[in-house]
Amino acid sequence: MPDLLFELFSEEIPARMQARAAEDLKKLVTDKLVDAGLVYDGATAFATPRRLALAVQGIPARQPDLREEKKGPRVGAPDKAIEGFLKGAGLTDIAQATVQKDPKKGDFYVALVEKAGRPAIDVLAEILPLVVRTFPWPKSMRWGSGRLTWVRPLHSIVATFGPETEDPDIVPFAVDHVAAGDVSRGHRFLAPATFRVKHYDDYVQKLLDAKVVLDPARRRDIVLHEARQLAFAQGFELVEDQGLLDEVAGLVEWPVVLMGSFDPAFLKIPGEVIRSTIRANQKCFVVRDPKTGTLAPKFVLVSNTEAVDGGNAIVAGNERVIRARLSDAKFFYETDLKTKLEDRLKKFDQIVFHEKLGTQAERIVRIGRLAAELAPLVGANVDSVKRAALLAKADLLTEVVGEFPELQGLMGKYYALAQGEDASVAAACEEHYKPQGPADRVPTDPVSIAVALADKLDTLVGFWAIDEKPTGSKDPYALRRAALGVIRIVLENGLRLRLADIAEFAGAHAPARHVTIVPKLISEVSEADIQSGKIGTTIDHTPARLADLLAFFADRLKVQLREQGARHDLVDAVLALKGEGQDDLLQIVRRVEALAKFLETEDGKNLLAGVKRATNILRIEEKRDGTRYTGAVDAGLFREAEEWQLSHAIEKAQGEAEAAVAREDFAGAMSAIATLRPHVDAYFEKVTVNADDKAVRANRLRLLDGIRAATLAVADFSRIEG
Amino acid sequence: MPKSDLPPHMRPERSFQGLILALQRYWADQGCVILQPYDMEVGAGTFHPATTLRALGPKPWHAAYVQPSRRPKDGRYGENPNRLQHYYQFQVILKPSPENLQQLYLDSLAAIGIDTALHDVRFVEDDWESPTLGAWGLGWECWCDGMEVSQFTYFQQVAGFECAPVSGELTYGLERLAMYVQGVENVYDLNFNGREGAERVSYGDVFLQAEQEYSRHNFEHADTTMLFEQFRMAEGACKTYLDAGWRRDPKDAKASRHLMALPAYDQCIKASHVFNLLDARGVISVTERQSYILRVRELAKACGEAWLATAAGGAG
Repeated sequence: MPDLLFELFSEEIPARMQARAAEDLKKLVTDKLVDAGLVYDGATAFATPRRLALAVQGIPARQPDLREEKKGPRVGAPDKAIEGFLKGAGLTDIAQATVQKDPKKGDFYVALVEKAGRPAIDVLAEILPLVVRTFPWPKSMRWGSGRLTWVRPLHSIVATFGPETEDPDIVPFAVDHVAAGDVSRGHRFLAPATFRVKHYDDYVQKLLDAKVVLDPARRRDIVLHEARQLAFAQGFELVEDQGLLDEVAGLVEWPVVLMGSFDPAFLKIPGEVIRSTIRANQKCFVVRDPKTGTLAPKFVLVSNTEAVDGGNAIVAGNERVIRARLSDAKFFYETDLKTKLEDRLKKFDQIVFHEKLGTQAERIVRIGRLAAELAPLVGANVDSVKRAALLAKADLLTEVVGEFPELQGLMGKYYALAQGEDASVAAACEEHYKPQGPADRVPTDPVSIAVALADKLDTLVGFWAIDEKPTGSKDPYALRRAALGVIRIVLENGLRLRLADIAEFAGAHAPARHVTIVPKLISEVSEADIQSGKIGTTIDHTPARLADLLAFFADRLKVQLREQGARHDLVDAVLALKGEGQDDLLQIVRRVEALAKFLETEDGKNLLAGVKRATNILRIEEKRDGTRYTGAVDAGLFREAEEWQLSHAIEKAQGEAEAAVAREDFAGAMSAIATLRPHVDAYFEKVTVNADDKAVRANRLRLLDGIRAATLAVADFSRIEG
Repeated sequence: MPKSDLPPHMRPERSFQGLILALQRYWADQGCVILQPYDMEVGAGTFHPATTLRALGPKPWHAAYVQPSRRPKDGRYGENPNRLQHYYQFQVILKPSPENLQQLYLDSLAAIGIDTALHDVRFVEDDWESPTLGAWGLGWECWCDGMEVSQFTYFQQVAGFECAPVSGELTYGLERLAMYVQGVENVYDLNFNGREGAERVSYGDVFLQAEQEYSRHNFEHADTTMLFEQFRMAEGACKTYLDAGWRRDPKDAKASRHLMALPAYDQCIKASHVFNLLDARGVISVTERQSYILRVRELAKACGEAWLATAAGGAG
């Protein structure tokens, strides 16, 4: 069966768009082929800086023929109806239709419509230009006098179609003035001549001969392999960087990897600054000494050409630029060191954190207050925490962070150490941003913990107060990440915190109190404020908002526990409990763990079955009677020994379980509940719940409710599956 | 003319002025009109009406020129080897952008001695946007051995109007390019006139004192009261000239004409530069900054609209 080769040759496509574009090209073309009834064998797409290419193997030469029966009007229907039917079915005379008998409703016409499949090349000639015209580039443009849009000017199109063994045909189409053909071009400088291509194999080979590696994965391999080799040969190792590797592979058609050097004097600048400088501006890799892990005064660059001097001029040029860049970085770093972090804080008065949440300065004050409140709860020195909270954001105003925002926090640590701050204060400058994601490290130093929690909780409480919660896939302020960060810090450090109290504290000091452009507590907002435009939106810290935030935490906790392999129904069973401790993340997790262990035991499984049975009976009977059977049982109505025994057992187990829970001995609580099991079993064996005597029956139902109530000391068993 | 035919002092790799002359010659050979710098303070070559306004409307236009550019905030008192508050851009504008614009650009590099057999020239994504001009385009920064030597842009919109046909704009940072081809590390060490010994004039000889003086002026002494007033006056004048220049046809908007688009646009340029000075003096807050930019943009848009109602803008 024939294959398609499709190439769109243009001016340089941004590196970051290439991978997605190749995928889009494949999907758009193959989806349309399938829609047209052309089921293919396989497809692969590629991108280089100057071309998108697609190879589709095994496309049928023709679409299958279609046969369709079209039901028409009754025999003897009005002329109008007959005419419409003929037109719709593509017939010229009613004699061409057949008559189908129907003794009940009357005979009617049927037309057999046959649609012959078209040659695939004709279908492609429609599909391919459509794909070009509707291609989903993130940004596209016009050029010259044309109206066509593409990511950058589109110069030529290859579209060949035919079986492997024969010379293919050119798919006949044009997009504006660009006509499809079989002519492609090689490397811009090394092999600029045009050449003709037939099939995919021949295309790839000719490109290779013309110094173009079509497959980005292959280009990445070449870069990585050669970069490692070059570093190794000098006794160093490459600092690998997947994002950079992907980017440089998208900047070259013919990767040539070279190594350059810089003045070792620059190594006085923090390694991260050197790396960011060389990476962001020059798209070069850095290398390190494998023994010490410190950077070496070398860099690896990826050029796009084989220079006639072996790359000497290219290396020299890159070294010049890197020298200038590192001089700038060194200047920034040294300038930063001249100003103490606290002396920068005044500027935060001018910097708006969020128009409804006030300035950064106000935020820093709030974080400090909350962090100090948290300090004793996490075992941190209050003064250190206050100091850390005061300095933690100051590096945002430094030259280095201005240049490389990704170094925020880290630079704060360096500058704090340089001005002689306590090690834990310096560490908190960096670590209070952590964890940044599920894979990131969680701070463990108490000072870092206090500031990290305060930072995240202030954010959450603030955005909840102004009703900017995440919705669906939209979470512009990374609030889910902040909540997950709080959860991980609490759990991984085994912290006992009552989130409700803390959030309430944060809420009470929330942006609200500050006047200027910041909203205040809803009760304090005056008409004048609204008139003057000072108040954009009123905010409130009502209990409902707080409850909503806590529910968000519960939700995030569920996601987190599920990812760690916990059963979501057990999490639900614990979260469904009312009362104290439901905002204590660690306690929730311990309950879930105890519950999971318990349910693995025989007692646990049987008790669960018993409780479920009790709950089911209750549900049915309560629904039938339209009443609830709760409250104390009447011992005078017991008729069987098992009723007595269960009643006693419940009383005892419930008391013990509640006492154990109060001690936070969740395993003990489970054991106490487990003592119910033989009595529940015996009760169901010997006692008929639906007794004839109405009072006895109601009493027995209340006893069942007693089982349910007792187990609520540890979990809501009705939420547990199985 | 092959560069070997040039006398030594005129070679682009030896002389700053030789580099400029080589570029002018090359683009003249491509049919460009070689203009002289616009006689007002601007932040970039794009502000020259030969780019901003000529990019609008249907008429073909090919021009190249050097434009002294002022970025008051970039002053470093002559102490930074790379940063200047006054520098030169070489600007090329081709409307409609020709099919072989990339090749023309590469050939211009060859004309100033950058041989692609030796050097690694790359087109790296860089989308251009000028909030003050209400303009944007897509293109690249052009790298030579890792150094950005030019900006290459296909204008999509200028002064809020769609560009049709599209102009291709090339901007060469002349000092940086000259430092590269001359192989010097400090801009002030550039050989300006290509002579040696006592006859040699360096970039520093020409501009170092100016950089020092203007840095003092831009950061410390520029009269902000006067500048605020100048901004208001320029803004007011721009609007006045625009109003006075319109000959509106109430029945057919397309038949409306404008008679003073260029003088009005001068005031827009003036306002923009005054804003840059105020910004360098640090007297404009973050929130105000945005509103000043918007005010200049409104002027630019109104000037663009006026230009489209002139003969050169394609009306009548």
